[in-house]
Amino acid sequence: MITGKPRHLEKTYDVTVVGGGPAGMAAALGAREAGAEKILIIDREETAGGILWQCIHNGFGLHHFKEELTGPEYAQRYLEQVLEHEIDVITDTYVADMDAGRHVKIMSGSQGIHVLDSKSVVLAMGARERTRGAIRIPGTRPAGVLTAGLAQKFVNMAGYLPGKRVVILGSGDIGLIMARRLVLEGVEVLGVFEIMPHVNGLNRNVVQCLHDFDIPLHLSTTVAEIHGRDRVEKVTVAPVDEALRPIMDKAWDIPCDTLLLSIGLIPENELSQRINLRLDPVTTGPVVTSTMETSADGVFACGNVVHIHDLVDFVSQESDLAGQCAGEYVTGRRRPADNIRLVPGDNVAYCVPHTISSDREHTIYLRVRRNEGKCAIKFGDAYQRKLRYVFPAEMVTVTMRPRFLENFHGDSLRVDVVPR
Amino acid sequence: MNDRTYDVAIIGGGIVGCAIARELSRYRLKLVLIEKECEVGFGTSKSNSGIIHAGHHSSADTLKGPLEWAGNQHWDRLHAELDFGFKRVGELMVAWDDEQRSILDTYLQRGRERGVPGLEIWEKDRIRKEEPNVSRHVVAGLHAPTAGVVNPYEVCFSLIDSARLNGLEVRVNAPVQDIQPLEGGLKVDTAQGPVLARYAINAAGLFADRIAAMAGVGTFSILARKGEEYLLDKRLKGLVTRIIFPCPTPTSKGVLVIPTFDGTIMVGPTANPVLDRSDLTTSMDGGEEIFEQVRRTVPGISPRDCIAEFAGLRAVADGEDFIIGPTAVKGFINVAGIQSPGLTAAPAIAVRVAEILRDEGLALEPDDTFQPAVPKHVIMADLDTGAQAAKAAKDPAFGRICCRCEQVTEGEVIAAIGAGAGTLDGIKFRTRAGMGRCQGGFCTWRCMELLSRELDMPIDRVTKRGGGSWIVCRRDGEEGAPS
Ligand SMILES: Cc1cc2nc3c(=O)[nH]c(=O)nc-3n(C[C@H](O)[C@H](O)[C@H](O)COP(=O)(O)OP(=O)(O)OC[C@H]3O[C@@H](n4cnc5c(N)ncnc54)[C@H](O)[C@@H]3O)c2cc1C
Ligand SMILES: Cc1cc2nc3c(=O)[nH]c(=O)nc-3n(C[C@H](O)[C@H](O)[C@H](O)COP(=O)(O)OP(=O)(O)OC[C@H]3O[C@@H](n4cnc5c(N)ncnc54)[C@H](O)[C@@H]3O)c2cc1C
Repeated sequence: MITGKPRHLEKTYDVTVVGGGPAGMAAALGAREAGAEKILIIDREETAGGILWQCIHNGFGLHHFKEELTGPEYAQRYLEQVLEHEIDVITDTYVADMDAGRHVKIMSGSQGIHVLDSKSVVLAMGARERTRGAIRIPGTRPAGVLTAGLAQKFVNMAGYLPGKRVVILGSGDIGLIMARRLVLEGVEVLGVFEIMPHVNGLNRNVVQCLHDFDIPLHLSTTVAEIHGRDRVEKVTVAPVDEALRPIMDKAWDIPCDTLLLSIGLIPENELSQRINLRLDPVTTGPVVTSTMETSADGVFACGNVVHIHDLVDFVSQESDLAGQCAGEYVTGRRRPADNIRLVPGDNVAYCVPHTISSDREHTIYLRVRRNEGKCAIKFGDAYQRKLRYVFPAEMVTVTMRPRFLENFHGDSLRVDVVPR
Repeated sequence: MNDRTYDVAIIGGGIVGCAIARELSRYRLKLVLIEKECEVGFGTSKSNSGIIHAGHHSSADTLKGPLEWAGNQHWDRLHAELDFGFKRVGELMVAWDDEQRSILDTYLQRGRERGVPGLEIWEKDRIRKEEPNVSRHVVAGLHAPTAGVVNPYEVCFSLIDSARLNGLEVRVNAPVQDIQPLEGGLKVDTAQGPVLARYAINAAGLFADRIAAMAGVGTFSILARKGEEYLLDKRLKGLVTRIIFPCPTPTSKGVLVIPTFDGTIMVGPTANPVLDRSDLTTSMDGGEEIFEQVRRTVPGISPRDCIAEFAGLRAVADGEDFIIGPTAVKGFINVAGIQSPGLTAAPAIAVRVAEILRDEGLALEPDDTFQPAVPKHVIMADLDTGAQAAKAAKDPAFGRICCRCEQVTEGEVIAAIGAGAGTLDGIKFRTRAGMGRCQGGFCTWRCMELLSRELDMPIDRVTKRGGGSWIVCRRDGEEGAPS
């Protein structure tokens, strides 16, 4: 493991990147490429790399590096480039606050507490996991109920097990990956329970993590009650009705000592709220333009803090752009401003970016609300593309080219995913 | 009895036991407090609404009534002496129709007779102005400015810190198992060995009837009445600024909307009798009942905003009143059936207990070395950046964030461990680390490492709250921490 250490902390920076995960590192490199000089990455962990350090499974980098890497390998490659490009990295340092004037307050075990000035800021704080409170499971509150990501940290970073007999609630990717990981560690994984009729993680993870290891998956089923005073002793699981309420006549008990929750990620937007950024109620992340600029001047955002990505490769791609644009911002260059708003329509939960410009190419990321077989994605009457199938769990990416918009003269484009 | 004999042994480290210990530590006495759990304040005193009631709720012909108002008047002094948060936010009891308005008048009358200041009936317009998010169907309200809020566990910790500073000994993980009257005192057997004391105070909350039975005076029984509470997201901070009480009806006390000391909104509690005195489960029905009722009072609240929930058990004695006083066993004093408003009344109960001890023959000589104040502990999140920077420059641990949601530093966690926190919940309730939105997702491991380092214990022996509440186990197949 390598960590970057700043030679000394400056008072002012051209670009300050909050969060040193894959998003933050790619943004810093993008900013360097665009000509920004003094660039600082701040991360609260001991090493930059974000969530990747605990993702020791492979499946990273297929798009970006055209080879299959583990999370730490992917992080390492980026970290090497960051250091090569003489980007300052301070770790063990938490960005506690900031204001719209881009004064960034840091708290650090090694550097103390300071306020830095920055010409431009890139927000790349990633996401946190949803917890038990978010879904209100009745019962006791014993030890042994924890998020799958925390369990992943226990196992992969610290070398301890979260328990011996585990039930997993929610079929998010982290839960699926942890189901396999725990079985490999000799833990009994008693099943994955998902309240929705469909899985919330990538299909490849269902196959490689559950099917290949004979771990039962129960759809339309939830944990209806937790039992045990000091430590989890058992959980009651039950199928749910159409309104997602547990049908208690059909409930059964599973003795276990641990309940892992894999019920989704939430963008980490406390800082965005401090500076009153406009947030998208669906993604809960900032509203961004096609240059990944937020509603605050000179403040950019990328990665999981904007919307939850399933593949790190897209995080890197989106963040490179955010960094480039932050770099252009400090060197006084601007791309033509956006003139078209994207409006999510049928079976579209959200689109990022929220606006685009008709004069250049854009990558548009979006998520659907429901599974759909053969379908098409339509951007008003301007452009449409066929899709083989769509799942809420898999992000859809579309390249929008200027020529598609040649005959379009409106200022908003409705985006629909419709059956064919 | 010998020279290791204590003057007073207090059984139970809830708010009542802690307040008694603190009050008695003013005098030259040898004191011990015996608690069955791993931390004080982890019984009912941790899981309640945290309200210092205004003084006009309980009726005058009970023990509760006068003690509620007497207790209320102690809180400003306690707050000034000890380092805990307390705010007199006031309460508003709201009525939906004219029949209920007459109930408001009854409470107004009761409060005035007792001397509770500032009580006032507010009409619709005033309510709209002061609490714009309260339902438009409310026709009138009784405002009581003397009501306040605290974090109840924080009060327990402050009281116990102060009492310890003034000589109290504390034994945790020491459930009392038997009590034998001896010549000139009592022998209290605990899981950690016997304790000899001239007087024993039974402040064992839900188990006070069993403690009394051990002493041979099992003259009452305790029923547990559960209350579920639901904490809402910070998003709703400021939705109401006063505690909102629906007008009590003969069948229901109603669901309150409480701006907690930290500003977040809490709704609850339910009130249902349970047989199992360790049953702290929350239920689907309880949650539905709360959110349904609360919508009538403050329509902006929905279950979607719930971030955490818990339940507490009221220790209800036969007759529904407090039982405070000496017993047929010389030296054995009951402080039992302390249901609501027990938190409010606790400081007054403590003074009452000191008087009882004096009447029972214990000499109370003021101790000139008594220190009323406790050293202030640092709360970094409350300091301005300049003061924070100065603190971190002196001790880097105060620069390193441990809990991101509540911005608690490593230095504060280490200080809490020094003050007696030995578990994750002990740290959480002393520092707020792990109480925020991510509910410990980020800081759990850091707190475990700090406990392991500071208390020199293997990481797999760290627990959530003692007993069998282990967090991680080792790979080699060994079980987690033994219970
Ligand atoms: C368990 C799991 C398995 C995955 N598996 C795969 C896979 O197989 N293949 C794949 O391609 N992708 C996978 N992903 C997705 C991928 O890892 C994420 O999309 C990617 O890590 C998101 O990058 P990020 O930089 O936005 O966030 P993060 O990686 O979360 O980084 C954010 C960083 O910001 C720091 N930070 C946050 N707030 C502050 C602050 N206030 N001050 C200082 N620092 C701060 C955090 O400490 C963190 O280091 C997986 C993700 C998870 C969680
Ligand atoms: C939901 C709810 C809401 C409430 N809201 C309010 C409010 O807003 N305002 C208010 O004034 N009051 C309120 N109350 C009431 C208040 O919480 C109680 O009156 C108060 O906490 C009682 O304190 P205690 O010290 O008697 O009991 P506890 O806190 O239960 O303390 C008793 C202690 O004795 C220990 N113990 C038990 N058995 C043994 C043994 N064998 N050996 C050693 N130790 C033992 C226990 O572990 C425990 O720590 C509420 C109660 C509930 C349940």
